[in-house]
Amino acid sequence: MQFLSSFLVRRILRSLFIVWLVTTATFFLVRLMPANPVDVYINQLISQYGMSKDEAYNLAASLFSIDFNQPLLVQYGNYMVNLLKGDLGNSLLSKGTTVLSIIAKFLPWTLFSVGLSLLLSFVLGTLLGMVMAYKRESWLDHALSAFASLMTSIPNYLVAILFIVFLGVQWQLVDIQAMRGSLSPGIQPSFTWAFFSDALYHAAMPILTYLVTTIGRWMLTMKSTTLATLGEDYVTVARARGLPDWQITLSYVGRNAMLPLFTLLTISLGFVVGGSLLIESYFVYQGIGFTLGEAIARRDYPVMQGVFLMITVAVVVANLLADLLYSKLDPRIRIAEEG
Amino acid sequence: MAQLARKDEPGQAETPQSNGAIRFLRLMRRNRVGFVGFLFVIAVLLLVLVGPLVVELDTKTHVDRIYAAPSWEHPFGTDHQGRDVWAQIVHGGREIIFVAALTAVIATSIAITLGSLSAFVGGKVDALLLGAADVVLTIPQFPLLAVLAGFIKLSNTTSIAIILGLLDWPVLLRAVRSQVLSIREREYVQAVQSLGLGTGHIIFREILPNMLSYITITFILGMTGAMYAQVGLILLGLVPMSTNNWGVMIYLAWVRGAIFFKDSILYILAPIGAIALFQLALVSTARSLEEVFNPRLRVGE
Repeated sequence: MQFLSSFLVRRILRSLFIVWLVTTATFFLVRLMPANPVDVYINQLISQYGMSKDEAYNLAASLFSIDFNQPLLVQYGNYMVNLLKGDLGNSLLSKGTTVLSIIAKFLPWTLFSVGLSLLLSFVLGTLLGMVMAYKRESWLDHALSAFASLMTSIPNYLVAILFIVFLGVQWQLVDIQAMRGSLSPGIQPSFTWAFFSDALYHAAMPILTYLVTTIGRWMLTMKSTTLATLGEDYVTVARARGLPDWQITLSYVGRNAMLPLFTLLTISLGFVVGGSLLIESYFVYQGIGFTLGEAIARRDYPVMQGVFLMITVAVVVANLLADLLYSKLDPRIRIAEEG
Repeated sequence: MAQLARKDEPGQAETPQSNGAIRFLRLMRRNRVGFVGFLFVIAVLLLVLVGPLVVELDTKTHVDRIYAAPSWEHPFGTDHQGRDVWAQIVHGGREIIFVAALTAVIATSIAITLGSLSAFVGGKVDALLLGAADVVLTIPQFPLLAVLAGFIKLSNTTSIAIILGLLDWPVLLRAVRSQVLSIREREYVQAVQSLGLGTGHIIFREILPNMLSYITITFILGMTGAMYAQVGLILLGLVPMSTNNWGVMIYLAWVRGAIFFKDSILYILAPIGAIALFQLALVSTARSLEEVFNPRLRVGE
């Protein structure tokens, strides 16, 4: 127990450090770069709207939540304090909208669609991977391997385009137009079946895309780790001891074969969230990726910065959870780090 | 186990090179899918490197054959300006593959060096490297790239490859490190260690040879990852599109609404197919290489 808690504290400190580093880096990136967005915006205000220098500075200061007349380090201090208070500044383009409210509005949809599809694909993928390992060289293994290789090879945004081209436009199997957005007009978030089914309907295409593009990785990795595990001495010993097959499969093979997949899970999460940038914009699913894409296209810097920070925080937290889970499952890792 | 794995590796110091190559090809042929993939990779490389010398790229606009259906003259039809799609496919691969390979070289070298160092030296070095990798890894790469591209102009291909490579290594580092860690715990390595042979000997003679399959997979993962990020940035419209390449073709086809016409569907499908098939071929090559290198995966011997 002593070990576990010091391990826990160290992991939490590390996550906090990463978040601090990323926020600091973004702050100085935005402020110090030649032709940085703040100066560009101020110049734009002066040249296009005929504002005086002071007016332009004040407006920019209120939008970015930074007072530009102070020394850089004081600005940095204020920025960090504001962040802790949850103040990420305001959108440059939609006047009067805070970045925080934009995130609160769009992030849940991405967490919902990405989380659900990753869960589905992890469970299905590991099961199929074990089946492939046990039935290796059968027609089933060949068919599943071919499918998995194909699906891991195609970038997920290309799969999204293919879905639109074939399911939506050429064969007209689904109504891509009606599925746009994250909810149908008139539906309010509530604990009702109508809300839940509508949310699923609109998220269906992104979820399907994430599912088919991530499942192959789990299947193939699980197959190869299972095969490697099957060759281990302790499995042979377990067989020699006459343990029932199901017990060997579950407690000896499955558990050990799954370990490497947990490191992949955290990587996969960041990857899928990253891919949502394009996938959400192809399906016009209004999640955080869609929002970030729009913000980048229109160079809405406070939104870009805030959304990017928030995505990073979400992934850091997920990483932390996966790390803890991994160390729980594989004591060797924890003990190696303590020792 | 160590002895077994050693014997089957091509290009080992003790076996003559030609013998190794033939042996390698014979082992590759064992996995039919993998071998087809391997041949396909070579075919694409040839097409992309030699093809442009044979097939001429048409840059003029032909109003009389906009979105023409596939024909003998234009096997993949024509685009929104009446230009031949096949010629664009032939010319459009070089840049993408160059960037992908360069990225993979950069990322793999960093990952292998730091990964084995990290696992082997342990202690503070391990913590520091893992920490550094964690920072880069945890930041979602594609959003970071997109945001960066919003700030800086990614103007030439080499700078894209360098940025991608610098962001790509942590994924591979973790994989290399955990692999080294697990090999290090095996009996034969511990035996060598107890014989008092140096760390260099253990890393280069005992651990790395047993990781060749892993390094290859690593390299290919790096390449496919680089293609993903690169094409993604193009599709977001964040990379200047001066040259002809598969990503730009998809972007233009999408923007010009090629998907709504039956005849021009190949304009968007051809570059998607090119990227997808090339990636698929790379991955299946990797898988059959894995079988060549890892006798434990071989069946029916």
